Amino acid sequence: MSIQRLFIANRGEIAVRIVRAAKTLGIHTIQAHSEADADMLAVRMADEAVCIGPAQAAKSYLDIDAVVGAARDVGADAVHPGYGFLAESPAFARAVTEAGMVFVGPSADTIQSMGDKVSARQAAEAAGVPVVPGSDGRVDDMDLAAKLADQIGYPVMIKASAGGGGRGIRIAETPEELAKLAPQARQEAQAAFGDGGIYIEKVIRQPRHIEVQILGDGTHAVHCFERECSLQRRRQKVWEEAPAFDLPEATRQAMCQSAVDLAEAVGYRGAGTVEYLYDRQADAYYFIEMNTRIQVEHPVTEMITGLDLVALMIRIAGGEPLPISQDDIKLNGHAIEVRLNAEDPLNKFMPFPGKVAALDLPESDGIRVDHFLYEGYQIPPFYDSLIGKLIVHAGTREQAIDKMQAALDDIRIDGLKTTIPLHKALARSDDLRAGRIHTQWLEPWLDAGNLTDQTGGAS
Amino acid sequence: MADIQSPVPGTFYHRPSPEDAAFKSAGDSVAVGDTIGLVEVMKSFIEVQAEEAGTFAGYEIENEAPVSAGDVLAKLK
Repeated sequence: MSIQRLFIANRGEIAVRIVRAAKTLGIHTIQAHSEADADMLAVRMADEAVCIGPAQAAKSYLDIDAVVGAARDVGADAVHPGYGFLAESPAFARAVTEAGMVFVGPSADTIQSMGDKVSARQAAEAAGVPVVPGSDGRVDDMDLAAKLADQIGYPVMIKASAGGGGRGIRIAETPEELAKLAPQARQEAQAAFGDGGIYIEKVIRQPRHIEVQILGDGTHAVHCFERECSLQRRRQKVWEEAPAFDLPEATRQAMCQSAVDLAEAVGYRGAGTVEYLYDRQADAYYFIEMNTRIQVEHPVTEMITGLDLVALMIRIAGGEPLPISQDDIKLNGHAIEVRLNAEDPLNKFMPFPGKVAALDLPESDGIRVDHFLYEGYQIPPFYDSLIGKLIVHAGTREQAIDKMQAALDDIRIDGLKTTIPLHKALARSDDLRAGRIHTQWLEPWLDAGNLTDQTGGAS
Repeated sequence: MADIQSPVPGTFYHRPSPEDAAFKSAGDSVAVGDTIGLVEVMKSFIEVQAEEAGTFAGYEIENEAPVSAGDVLAKLK
């Protein structure tokens, strides 16, 4: 059953992206919006729009009954969740399906099992995907802990099994340190959480974040190569590339194949991403999690493969088998995306939901801007600060960085503070150009004052 | 009488978290720098602090209501 009337249960730039993809497929689009989003760009572009509730996301974009009810009332036959909000809610996927509509994404059961850390790790192991070596659950016997640590190899991390948010984490460099620190960790966990259970895990120093884009139709899956997303601030990606740089070809092939194996093992349907930590020194990669939705950074993959991932996920949801084979997907050149946030990077990244004044977006050959802006648009303060993404494509990584640098000089978004100064400073960084970056690189670099120094000492 | 205005647009909260009591109640004394509420702007929480001392007269805007920059959130007497 092909989709005729698509309901878009999201906002911002991804809603615009979905409306565009649906239009290329000749699908009628119905855009959901909150009271605060009545004048957003996707509402203007869609064939129809419907208000689903007040400004607060909890009462609109996150309200399953309101979204499903609105979609049913307007006669939608499918719902696209975008990313964030309800995109990875199994309850939402189930409610959409039970209301007789197609959920553009995997089944509720797949979302559920991939959304749970333990079951996702088990699924990965069962599919032969490497996971971060660890105790695979709690260890109460300290002799066993020592034995496991020897097998895993030092240094190891000791974590409270009941904890979260990094509390009580200790790193042991040697068996002697483990013998000393493990009982301390148990005591602290007991005091903090009423449960002295601990587990141990391998420490990966200076890890990189590399993720593989996959597409599946429930039976077969293909990969669309990988993305490098190691530049992160507060666990939010800032700058993304495809492909990963300096990745041995054999490793690339093995990593991408392992993502396909996992997708096929769980009968994955739709677009998804398998995330890995990559240890460059050991040339080893480890599964972290699988995201069961389209991702913010999908455009870099589209630039190097020429695919329209959003259109493909809609076609698959409509019942088509995978329309492309692995051999059809070729890696061409290098792409970079930077996230444009309405934040002031020179003032602790303070949000800046202003009104868009003059707008000049350098869209041309190999430069793409995914956004939801227009001149005179007042950005609502109620949602994420992402206002757009600047994406460039060139023959090599070096050329792509040059192209990004030029595009950042050309782009003009007046009336707002944005993260453009951050990206300009990054594009000038020798470490970034040389690939000396990892997930723990950006925050110390910012703390060291590199941003203020390179933008002329503004404070 | 002094007005305490919102520094940013967003959603105004009287309480540090849903389980806690309001930062201030009518009649409480307020010192310079006391937090009287939070404004959530683009998923960040900004503390709203009193710029002068006085006695708390009350909130002018409901808990969890949308606010614009410059809106009077509370009054001191």
